[in-house]
Amino acid sequence: MPVLNKATLKSKQGSNVHYQKAPAAAKPSKAASKKKDEEDGVDLGDGGDEWTQGKTIKPPDQLQLSQAELKEEFTKILTVNNPHAPKNIVRYSFKERSYKTISGVDQMAVHFALDGNLLHQDSDEARRQRAKQGQVEEKVAVDAEVQEDEDKPDTPATGGGEPGEDGGEADGEDRPDSVVSRTYTKEQKATNQFNFSERASQTLNNPLRDRACQAEPPPRCNFSATVDQGEIYEAYAEELQKQEKEKQKAAPPKKDEDKGKRKATLTETRSDDISKLATVAKIAERLVNQNTFDDIAQDFKYFEDASDEFRGQEGTLLPLWKFQYDKVQRLSVTALCWNQKYSDLFAVGMGSYEFSRQGQGMLLFYSLKNCSFPEYVYPTDCGIMCLDIHERLTYLVAVGFYDGCVAVYNLMEEDEQLQPAYKSTATTGKHMDPVWQVRWQKDDMDNNHNFYSVSSDGRVVSWTLVKNELRFTDIITLSLEGPASDGTPDAVQQHITACGRSLDFHKQIDRLFLVGTEEGKVHMCSNYSSQFLETYAAHSMAVDAVKWNHFHPKVFITCSFDCTVKIWNHNINTPMLTFDLSAPVGDVAWSPYSSTVFAAVTSDGRVHIFDLSINKYEAICQQRVVPKKKTRLTHIEFNPVYPIIIVGDHRGYVTSLKLSPNLRKKPKEKKGQELPKGPEVEVAKMEKILVHAH
Amino acid sequence: MTADLQYSHPLDLHPFLLATDEHEEERSCQEDRQQAVVIMAEVEETLKRIQTHKGVIGTIVVNAEGIPIRTTLDNSTTVQYAGLLHQLTMKARSTVRDIDPQNDLTFLRIRSKKHEIMVAPDKEFLLIIIQNPNE
Repeated sequence: MPVLNKATLKSKQGSNVHYQKAPAAAKPSKAASKKKDEEDGVDLGDGGDEWTQGKTIKPPDQLQLSQAELKEEFTKILTVNNPHAPKNIVRYSFKERSYKTISGVDQMAVHFALDGNLLHQDSDEARRQRAKQGQVEEKVAVDAEVQEDEDKPDTPATGGGEPGEDGGEADGEDRPDSVVSRTYTKEQKATNQFNFSERASQTLNNPLRDRACQAEPPPRCNFSATVDQGEIYEAYAEELQKQEKEKQKAAPPKKDEDKGKRKATLTETRSDDISKLATVAKIAERLVNQNTFDDIAQDFKYFEDASDEFRGQEGTLLPLWKFQYDKVQRLSVTALCWNQKYSDLFAVGMGSYEFSRQGQGMLLFYSLKNCSFPEYVYPTDCGIMCLDIHERLTYLVAVGFYDGCVAVYNLMEEDEQLQPAYKSTATTGKHMDPVWQVRWQKDDMDNNHNFYSVSSDGRVVSWTLVKNELRFTDIITLSLEGPASDGTPDAVQQHITACGRSLDFHKQIDRLFLVGTEEGKVHMCSNYSSQFLETYAAHSMAVDAVKWNHFHPKVFITCSFDCTVKIWNHNINTPMLTFDLSAPVGDVAWSPYSSTVFAAVTSDGRVHIFDLSINKYEAICQQRVVPKKKTRLTHIEFNPVYPIIIVGDHRGYVTSLKLSPNLRKKPKEKKGQELPKGPEVEVAKMEKILVHAH
Repeated sequence: MTADLQYSHPLDLHPFLLATDEHEEERSCQEDRQQAVVIMAEVEETLKRIQTHKGVIGTIVVNAEGIPIRTTLDNSTTVQYAGLLHQLTMKARSTVRDIDPQNDLTFLRIRSKKHEIMVAPDKEFLLIIIQNPNE
């Protein structure tokens, strides 16, 4: 490249031409110098141009140079180096694991490129094109020879590869053009070198047939349910029951199978329409009653008479429910008994005390929850005089009749004729006279239930329930003159027998019992001896009731139609305390919660309640409980759990009364001392009174 | 002197029939039927007593499907009570049993301003009583 002077250089492209200045030229002035050059170029061009007449305009930031500097000559060198090529290409060398500069950098700068369409005449493409065009004559002939010579070595090679087709077609072609055509056809045929033949065959495809059948869909129904714990439990319980039934079916003898089957078919015909409503109807009746007598129920549960505080020692009786049964016509309440297990259930025996008015009787069971209708009703042929409910097996009820029979009812048995389970008859030792008291006793040695009865014929008989029978055993025969031996019937008949009126067993000592007679005497007897242990001249008239104290083992109480109530210590022949109630006393009862509280009912319709620890001489409550005068109260019983009493009268009504707090007083605790509880306290209380009484 | 008590047994009436088993069965089945009749009579009596009790406005017996079997009210009221209370009782029962599976609903009382509705459920039946307790 010639070295040009800057003065003669004109560059239209401006910056394309690069000046390599002398290293002395300062770099910062490069930009300025460029401008300057351009301007100089422009300035220089001023001489030739028309429109740049006038002065040269100097920009304000033009570099000011001195004349010497202006005349300085700068050498310009043109080099081959591409100014745009990078000078310092660096490549990463894996061998040396570092970047290394590449020494040789391509300096070529392509300014212009244009693709041409010339082919070299000897190239394949050229040949093909020529063959297509069919360039003939001079060049072709000359070239053909040349080509043939060249092709000949080719054709033997390709000839082997194109046997049949080639030859056939070549022969078929025009002869004069054979050379050309041969080459032409040869050139055209671009088959491959391999021997490729395809042989295909197709089997007969069976026509496809679709055969489907659809069955009727099974009937479906939607089922949805929610499950909770209760339902799961029920399902399990049912399973268990089924299993147990199966076990039971497997166990019994085959004899029962036939019976069972026949029974099954017959029971299906039983109407199950409403008979299953029995329990539900009962509950409903109680609900309705509870609503109607709501205030009574509330009183029973919660009412405590506050005015007792102001009344001093006395208490009152709050009337609660009144029980009456419509079908009972003119019968008196002859017996009352609470059920020990279900403390709201009590039994009422209906009969008549009148000799002339003997007719039918009734055994009723009432519950406090339903005062309008009894739970159980057992009509009897003869008036009931006494009854007792077994302490443990509270479904067994012993009943004594006016005609001297005794019977045992089983409440669990569903007997549509409402007959007793056991009944004594004339041949089986029934009494000759009304039975005045029955009492259950503990099971005997063979675990048979037994009870005792006392009657006006002077016999105390023990009845034992053996399988289906009622066996009797005379325990004692009461006689006026003295104890009678339990020997031959002849001996018994000779003595004059007294009439027994009441009977009570000692609470702790089984074999000891008291018998009250119509002559007014009380005899203490024992199971094992036929003789009286003790005799007390108690009353002037018949001893209606004799009761042992629940707590104190020595104290008992008697009452009689001679208007007196007497308290005894069994060791002493004379009564400890005597109360005159100015009216014939029908019944007397100890309270189950205190050893010093007892109640008595009289023929003037009044209930007298005494608490010996508070007042030894007078009753703390004397209250008339029946609306009509001339209603004689016949029996009284304390509820074992609740503070209520039931009172029966001779019109057949049973009234329940609640005891006010004063009547239920427990002994006051001394300050700082804990209140001792239990029966010992009661015993001690009684002892104190007995001591003071004498 | 020991006495053998014959307590009354139905077979006593016809001692010569003791020989065959069939008759014995028939007897016992008859007993069952008689018993069923007696129970039904008792239930009828109890229902009658409830209906005539003081303050009771109406009584409805509903079966397990919610269809009233017996009623003392008019038809539309009965149907309404039966449908609504049936559902409520089922809900109450399932609630009680969900809390303790061994427990079961005894009865349900709904006291409103005007009267009280008492529902006593059973496995198959529902006894609804409407009473006005203030009368």
